[in-house]
Amino acid sequence: MKVLKALVVMLVLGMAMAAYGADKPVKVGFVYVSPIGDAGWSYAHDLGRQAVAEMDGVTTSYVEAVAEGPDSERVILNMARKGYDLIFATSFGYMDPMLKVAKQFPKTSFMHCSGFKKADNMGNYFGRMYQARYLSGIVAGAMTKTNTLGYVAAFPIPEVIRGINAFTLGAQSVNPDVTVRVVWTKTWYDPATEKEAAKSLLDVGADVIAQHQDSPGPQEAAQEKGVYSIGYNSDMASFAPKAHLTAPVWNWAPYYAKVVDSVRKDNFKAESVWPGLADGIVDLAPFGPMVPEELQAKVNGVKADIAEGKKKVFAGPIKDQKGTLKLADNTAATDNELLGMTWFVEGVVGTTE
Amino acid sequence: MNFEITVLLLAAAVQSGTPILYATLGEILTEKSGVLNLGVEGVMILGALVGFLASKVTGSPLAGLLAAGAVGCVAAAVHGLVCLVFQGNQVVSGLALTILGTGVANYIGTGYVGQLAPGFAPYPMPVLSQLPVVGTIFFNHDPLVYLSYFIPVVLFLFFSRTHHGLNIRAVGENPAAASAAGLNVAVYRWFGIIGGGFFMGLGGAYLSLAYTHLWTTNLTAGRGWIAVALVIFAFWKPGRAVFGAYLFGGIMALQLRLQASGTQLPSSILLMLPYALTIVVLVLSSWKKGTSDEPAALGVNVEPAD
Repeated sequence: MKVLKALVVMLVLGMAMAAYGADKPVKVGFVYVSPIGDAGWSYAHDLGRQAVAEMDGVTTSYVEAVAEGPDSERVILNMARKGYDLIFATSFGYMDPMLKVAKQFPKTSFMHCSGFKKADNMGNYFGRMYQARYLSGIVAGAMTKTNTLGYVAAFPIPEVIRGINAFTLGAQSVNPDVTVRVVWTKTWYDPATEKEAAKSLLDVGADVIAQHQDSPGPQEAAQEKGVYSIGYNSDMASFAPKAHLTAPVWNWAPYYAKVVDSVRKDNFKAESVWPGLADGIVDLAPFGPMVPEELQAKVNGVKADIAEGKKKVFAGPIKDQKGTLKLADNTAATDNELLGMTWFVEGVVGTTE
Repeated sequence: MNFEITVLLLAAAVQSGTPILYATLGEILTEKSGVLNLGVEGVMILGALVGFLASKVTGSPLAGLLAAGAVGCVAAAVHGLVCLVFQGNQVVSGLALTILGTGVANYIGTGYVGQLAPGFAPYPMPVLSQLPVVGTIFFNHDPLVYLSYFIPVVLFLFFSRTHHGLNIRAVGENPAAASAAGLNVAVYRWFGIIGGGFFMGLGGAYLSLAYTHLWTTNLTAGRGWIAVALVIFAFWKPGRAVFGAYLFGGIMALQLRLQASGTQLPSSILLMLPYALTIVVLVLSSWKKGTSDEPAALGVNVEPAD
């Protein structure tokens, strides 16, 4: 009897909801590669998740510190089995595991960050972080006194190389004499090694330290030496208030809200998207008090130009480290060229191997 | 690489060698008593976490350091319980301690990843830091580095000049003979295990209180294992441990500095250096076994005397 009652209530409620055109409830799962408390990559994604959780009828949950490979497949599979409507996997190595699960659960929607494989119900997304890195390069190029910038970088993959190149081009746009020295740590998150890498750059005369790493280790090193730093992922000013000039940051909330909304309205499309400054998915953290106002205005001007499409970051002429012309005058790099970038622009000291 | 950068490299070698040095000295103390503790990595990471938390809660890095040493003692005592009381296999117990320590630290520490805690700041030694070259290399660090200069000396004197130090060595060399001579083998082994755990805990705390002022999962990143290898490299001598720890620290710092100064060598090869050196060291040490101070009864359990 009770069961019948409950069924009737549900039926009535369901009809009422349909009558009001209310959106169906959506369960959204997130898979993170590192703990969210890291002020880094996963933290930025989780800010997006928190924004989505505020939406009506949306419940979210996440699993953090999931290793890439078989572990991630189990986590994604579990979420799909539990009836999640939409799953975001936010690390490159989740691509193949997610693809496998997506094929088994055709009614569930899957989104993979930073990869390139797709299925009918699995799309991928990333942001044009290089645009924000170009802006941070302008700040670094204008603030350096030694004309040597240091860049602590994780792995020599196109995403990171593209960021280093964009940073260098930005710095050169205001300071043609600038060189960018690169040290690879071969880790995304190891504060001790990253800090030591930053120190090694400080030792060779760098006076602004930028990073493509997820820990604030390099920021600490810059502050202790009394020089400047550029953060990454999210505002890292709290770790090094005296050093932190700005940081290229992720802002996933608007994009995540859009995807969740499409699932709610039953018009999810498995697309590949690569939005940038124009969509607000990447941005600069607030400037530190040491950045002069004229410089802030200049950077904001360039930001508007990039957002409006008036300026391209990778526009010829661009030479590589050996001085070979890679991009001719008046041509802009195509997305495929950007996604497969494995060479450094002129002015970078280091190797991509 | 010019002169100035070389000096800075050597200074970095001292700093990145310090956490390994603490752990290596702790392991030497333990092994001298005849107990092999392969749980260094686990003890270190617990020390790193607890040191960080204690410093965060109390606001005092010194309290953090002592807490890290204390938790090192407790963690090592688990190993002591297995090996000395229940006569368990020392290798298995040590490995289990590494897995347990890493797991527990990462589990408890998840909520604290990326947070800051008060730690030890660099404190250039008055007068000494002004010395040319030597001042920069040795006397321009944080207090924990200075503290680590004394421990090898103390351990050396302890093992070679004191009554109890000689007794510990006797227990590690020949527990049956030591027991027959009236020594309480178990007590000396407990001392070696717990005292060693204390230094391992300090080594972990160095990473979260001085090297960085952060906590993160896997902060120790395999340094405990390097310490285990270094004990063999050092032939169980505290003095040689200093040399070994700085050599490893130097190689780690060198590969980053080679990159920073614009070498064209692929970074993968440079990153391989510390691990390649570990293998070379182990091969060379086993080859020259004659001069080693390896305790003869290392890893051998003793039945409790009734």
